[in-house]
Amino acid sequence: MHTTLRIRRFNPEHDRPSSYYQEYDLEIDPSDSVLDGLIKIRETIDDSLTLRCSCRGAICGSCGMRINGHATLACKTKMLSVASEGETIQVEPMNNMSVIKDLVTDMAPFWSKIRQIQPWLQPEGPPPNAEYTASPESMSHLSGVMSCIMCGVCVSDCTVMDIDKTFVGPAALAKAYRFLADPRDAATSQRLNSLNQAGGMWDCTRCMECIQVCPKGVGPMDRIMALRAKGLAEKVPATCGSRHAEVFSDIIKHKGILDEPMLAIRTFGLKNIGQLLGMVPMVVQSVLKGKVPFLGPLHRPISGIQHIQRLFKQVRKKR
Amino acid sequence: MNSSFSYDVLVIGAGLAGMRAAIASHNQGASVALMTKVHPVRSHSNAAQGGINAALTDRGDRWEDHAFETVKGSDYLSDQDAVEVLAQEAGQDIIALEHMGVIFNRNEEGHLGTRRFGGQKRARTFFVSDFTGQAMLHVLYEQTLQAKIPVYEEWFVTSLVKDDQGRCAGVVAFEIRTGTFALFRAKAVIMATGGLGRVYEPSTNALICTGDGMAVAYRAGAPLMDMEMVQYHPTTLKGKGLLITEAARGEGAYLLNSKGERFMERYAPNMLELASRDVVSRAEQIEINEGRGVKGCVLLDCRHLGRTFLQDRLGQIYAEAKTFANVDLAEEPLPIRPGMHYQMGGIKTDTEGRCWDVQGQWAGVPGLFAAGETACLSLHGGNRLGANSLLDTVVFGRRAGTCAAEYANTISSPTIPDSVIDADNNLVAGIVGRKGPGERAAALRLEMGTTMNQHVSVFREEEGMEAALRHITNLKTRWSDLTIQDKGQVFNTGLISALELGFMLDCAEAIIVGALTRQESRGAHFRTDYLDRDDEHWLKHVLLYHRPDGPPHVDYLPVRITQWQPQIRVY
Repeated sequence: MHTTLRIRRFNPEHDRPSSYYQEYDLEIDPSDSVLDGLIKIRETIDDSLTLRCSCRGAICGSCGMRINGHATLACKTKMLSVASEGETIQVEPMNNMSVIKDLVTDMAPFWSKIRQIQPWLQPEGPPPNAEYTASPESMSHLSGVMSCIMCGVCVSDCTVMDIDKTFVGPAALAKAYRFLADPRDAATSQRLNSLNQAGGMWDCTRCMECIQVCPKGVGPMDRIMALRAKGLAEKVPATCGSRHAEVFSDIIKHKGILDEPMLAIRTFGLKNIGQLLGMVPMVVQSVLKGKVPFLGPLHRPISGIQHIQRLFKQVRKKR
Repeated sequence: MNSSFSYDVLVIGAGLAGMRAAIASHNQGASVALMTKVHPVRSHSNAAQGGINAALTDRGDRWEDHAFETVKGSDYLSDQDAVEVLAQEAGQDIIALEHMGVIFNRNEEGHLGTRRFGGQKRARTFFVSDFTGQAMLHVLYEQTLQAKIPVYEEWFVTSLVKDDQGRCAGVVAFEIRTGTFALFRAKAVIMATGGLGRVYEPSTNALICTGDGMAVAYRAGAPLMDMEMVQYHPTTLKGKGLLITEAARGEGAYLLNSKGERFMERYAPNMLELASRDVVSRAEQIEINEGRGVKGCVLLDCRHLGRTFLQDRLGQIYAEAKTFANVDLAEEPLPIRPGMHYQMGGIKTDTEGRCWDVQGQWAGVPGLFAAGETACLSLHGGNRLGANSLLDTVVFGRRAGTCAAEYANTISSPTIPDSVIDADNNLVAGIVGRKGPGERAAALRLEMGTTMNQHVSVFREEEGMEAALRHITNLKTRWSDLTIQDKGQVFNTGLISALELGFMLDCAEAIIVGALTRQESRGAHFRTDYLDRDDEHWLKHVLLYHRPDGPPHVDYLPVRITQWQPQIRVY
């Protein structure tokens, strides 16, 4: 079949480097991946096309890039799954990272965020003579998150990192969960307190992009939510983030509908006038755009609230 | 502006063997750095799926049984002193990995659980689902972060440096991101660059497996040993040759031919699908050659294992079969065939990882060490058992790292002028600057790979291998004239492909010369013109020394036998 790859290119050695798109027409086999197409270009048309790739089987994590707007592994993406006969496939470097050349991005900031969570097992005291005993379930549960290959795809499409460079990000937080859920690790409170800081586990906005794009099914956002639950269970010092989560759930439990002014007031506290005032422009804009029902504090519980409260009870019981 | 760096121990390659070696050197108090042409977690150790062997004596297993089965698997070409070390120290290294954080599968009591693997009668393979290599690699990377071992990521080594006494003194390398050359001074260098799979097309190996370390050491004077011993894995996917783990058969999957027969009953009546890899690959190839294949493949049948079991214990290949072969393992059998997988040969080392020569001296390059697939002790002899490669990397990575640190303690820093980088710098500038239109490295590599896969594969004979050797010699000449379009300094992957091809052509030549030299059939080396194993003449290793202007010089080394005399090998 026939397809066109439209590739965003960048050569830092050009006189005035700027990115541009270049199109390559290809005859491909229906079973070919986008990586096969890129390699074909590199090997038969233009060897200056630059990308990282190695295993071809979605285990080394080298070939993260954006294909038709979403980050993924090029080796795992069949051309047929993203384009029909004659259609163009757009290939661009990952987001939230600077580009070194063509599809190669600078991963150094990615790795420094991984290092930030102290990514090594920290057991208590000297190890036993034999292995640590641990339940089979606890280890197989961890294999889900150990499947992470550090490809950077979740970081590329993270909507928080796009606006907040201090956010530690989905990959590092999933890695943090890997240690916090490991029965052999003893640094629980230290890890949770560090994740409780600004830029940590409370800064995720739950947009689900990372779950959507992760090529290994790690589900980073789910891990972040599990971290928050652990944090609350371990009673980490309250922050705006943790209060937001608790107040949010409390309001829903009692009213069945989100009362946003109340959410803001209870999250920041009435005394925190500075922060509350800081929200005024956003509130005004939200109101103007019809995003806040102006009833605010007058919200009454919705009809059928008892059903919602029953759900809350059931969830609590399950825990 | 050339910067330079200095360490006691410099480890080239940051897969399992390299990182294990670096951690061991660090624990000995040496100043150590890792250098890799990718990032450590991109290394090909990731690809090891099924597990890691160890006979844990406190659970009733015997290290002697593991050692014997390894020796038998090798078709009696392994050096038994090395195998004994491997089998005896396996347990402590598995436990050490567990303590570092590897999430090995557990049994109901919470202890380490095992599965069966080929060539072994007992289940002694420890595992993490079917991504054991990845699970270990990421944990070892965590350990290097904790130890704050410096890693030179995306640096490409072009040659080994020797001082005026011929001692190993470091490497010349360039930073891929900038194209800048630098001299790295080191008292000891450990080569841990993995395999050379891309010499073949197809291969299970990643695109980075290009034999760099073997070629660099070989060119510097270290001998390569048993290079003819190239393993074809019995279960690889058609097309690009992706690997389907042996654990599938270990967990009970069958091999079927086009008539639906479990054909291994005829080739290995006792061990069936779990005979050693050379035996199973040959059986499959015979079925295919005699018309009982399915479109050039035989079938791997996992249906009776059930979907839940497949997802839980073999999740990666379950997904892989779906993505890359469009097969639902729970519903239909998967077409597979033998494919190039592993190089048993490599840089000759002793059990401390020292590059060794015939006289037991460091005559090749004193101060040079090797570990992992790059090295040849020989542990795996004519055929490696599944799940012994991960074990090899951690046991002998650790030993090489320890010994290199101790050795570095005994010698003074080498004195080498910065100007030693000039030759490689000029060579590279010459390649980049060469005007086209010339041939492309990729085209030459494809010719090399298909030639090797045609003539130096599961079955071999003199005429075909002579033709292959002529072809490789011809490709070497053409290599000198190839051109690349990318004329830049920054991340020039065209240049890297050209340099890798140069390394691979040396490796390919060594494989063919070794295979022509060994006039018998043993392990993975099966010659249709010499059908039998010939212990009288060939119970010995083939050593090759590089010569710049011609084929390698051939020498021999006796096999070290401790307690297992060669027997007829039946599975």
